[in-house]
Amino acid sequence: MIVAERKPIQEILSMISGLRKILILGCKGCVTVCSAGSEREVMILATIIRMGRKKKDEPIELVERTLVRQCDPEFIDQLSDSIGQFDAVLSMACGVGVNFLADRYPKTIALPAVNTKFYGVAEEQGVWSERCAGCGDCILNLTGGLCPVARCSKGLFNGPCGGSVNGKCEINPDINCVWQLIYDRLKGLNQLDKLDEILPVKDWGVSSHGGPRKIVREDLKI
Amino acid sequence: MKANSNLERILTSGQFAVTAECGPPKGTLGEVVRRKGESLKFCCDALNVTDNQTAIVRMSSISGCALLKGLGIDPVMQMVVRDRNRIAIQSDILGAVALGIRNMLCLSGDHQKFGNHPSAKGVYDIDSIQLIQIVKRMRDEKKFLNGEDISGEVPLFIGAAANPFADPFEFRVRRLAKKIKAGVDFIQTQAIFDMERFLRWMAMVRDQGLDKKAHILAGIIPIKSVGMARYMAKNVAGITVPKEIVTRMEQAKDAKEEGVKIAIEIIEQIKEIEGVHGVHVMAVAWEDIVPRVVKEAGLMPRPLV
Repeated sequence: MIVAERKPIQEILSMISGLRKILILGCKGCVTVCSAGSEREVMILATIIRMGRKKKDEPIELVERTLVRQCDPEFIDQLSDSIGQFDAVLSMACGVGVNFLADRYPKTIALPAVNTKFYGVAEEQGVWSERCAGCGDCILNLTGGLCPVARCSKGLFNGPCGGSVNGKCEINPDINCVWQLIYDRLKGLNQLDKLDEILPVKDWGVSSHGGPRKIVREDLKI
Repeated sequence: MKANSNLERILTSGQFAVTAECGPPKGTLGEVVRRKGESLKFCCDALNVTDNQTAIVRMSSISGCALLKGLGIDPVMQMVVRDRNRIAIQSDILGAVALGIRNMLCLSGDHQKFGNHPSAKGVYDIDSIQLIQIVKRMRDEKKFLNGEDISGEVPLFIGAAANPFADPFEFRVRRLAKKIKAGVDFIQTQAIFDMERFLRWMAMVRDQGLDKKAHILAGIIPIKSVGMARYMAKNVAGITVPKEIVTRMEQAKDAKEEGVKIAIEIIEQIKEIEGVHGVHVMAVAWEDIVPRVVKEAGLMPRPLV
């Protein structure tokens, strides 16, 4: 899933300073799974904003709503009747949702309430971590299913750098060295010889470095 | 001869090489590099110029090397893949060769988080092993990475780093083998304090015959103070400083003298290890001590080849 985290409240308050009527818009997709922008977080954020504005004697009118997804026209278009009445929409979806709001509603101010962090997993209750970088050319078949592009701090392709110690990355002892994990896993699978191959330079042209990406499936178009 | 650098001539003639490290200044004074070069030129066969070491912005390695070249010193241009993509890397290599640089050390580079611009975007377009492949192809086939022709020769003696003290230990020799497969000519190792582990690593290197395929230069860091010993033991990932060495530094009347003594002892032991073809002295912020260490380790005068 896409993992996000709510922005600091002061940043949000300063973003909406001077605005009087706002739609706080949650999303039932990824940000609900990672507890950043679900119906519940919309309610909590609305409460905090009301308190913050009341303290400054600048009351605000907030409407709370949560869409099934903000990345799909089917759902984002449900706002078309009501969106004109708001000074801005404060979206608790990932950056994709904010973009799509801005795309669909040219006259509405679209603001982000969360920082979109990464594609990751829930390691345990309350802990998420990155697994994929969306680089556009998956090499997981070569690295035991563990991604050095997303999980090596230097994105190395040919084994751990000199800073891998006791299974940890040199930049932070809380981060596992993915090359240690790859080594252990391939050893367990009896595939260590895979690591003797030199992985070639990567084509970053199919990643975000090649410009904004698009997929067209003619077979699915109506 | 691949590049006919002094370092290549020393190593291919079978002599025990000495290289040292020259850190460029955080500023524009070429004089700083020249002064270090003058003080080190008679005690080493080639001088490495670091490339924004520990991700702290300094004068570029390529210009430091050019300044040393002007003094008749054989420079080793260090290049990290942290700050340049494949376009900038190949471009700088062309320029380095044009300036007379004949040795190059291919490195990943310390992560930008450790430096003085921790919020910088790390490039890492390619990794250090892919860099070795690119330089080798530029030299041997006169081709860029994309297959286009290079005009002119690219005579470079290609080096890389190896760290016997990082993990996973069993993979360290495999990684060295990959670097050799990629085309490396010489290796400069991380600083050695843990001799037992280095001996085990070298035994694995010899078992695979890797010492015959690339020249291995063992890294030496003279320890300047008790604080430095403790800091390296505790805080530097990939450097192992055994407790005995920290204790020796702590108990010494004159810590600097003890640091010199330890460095010399380590070099004396390294000289006896089969398959090690030289030492690389990295006297971080203590370059003045290098001539004495080299002399007292019995490595002076440096041969002329």
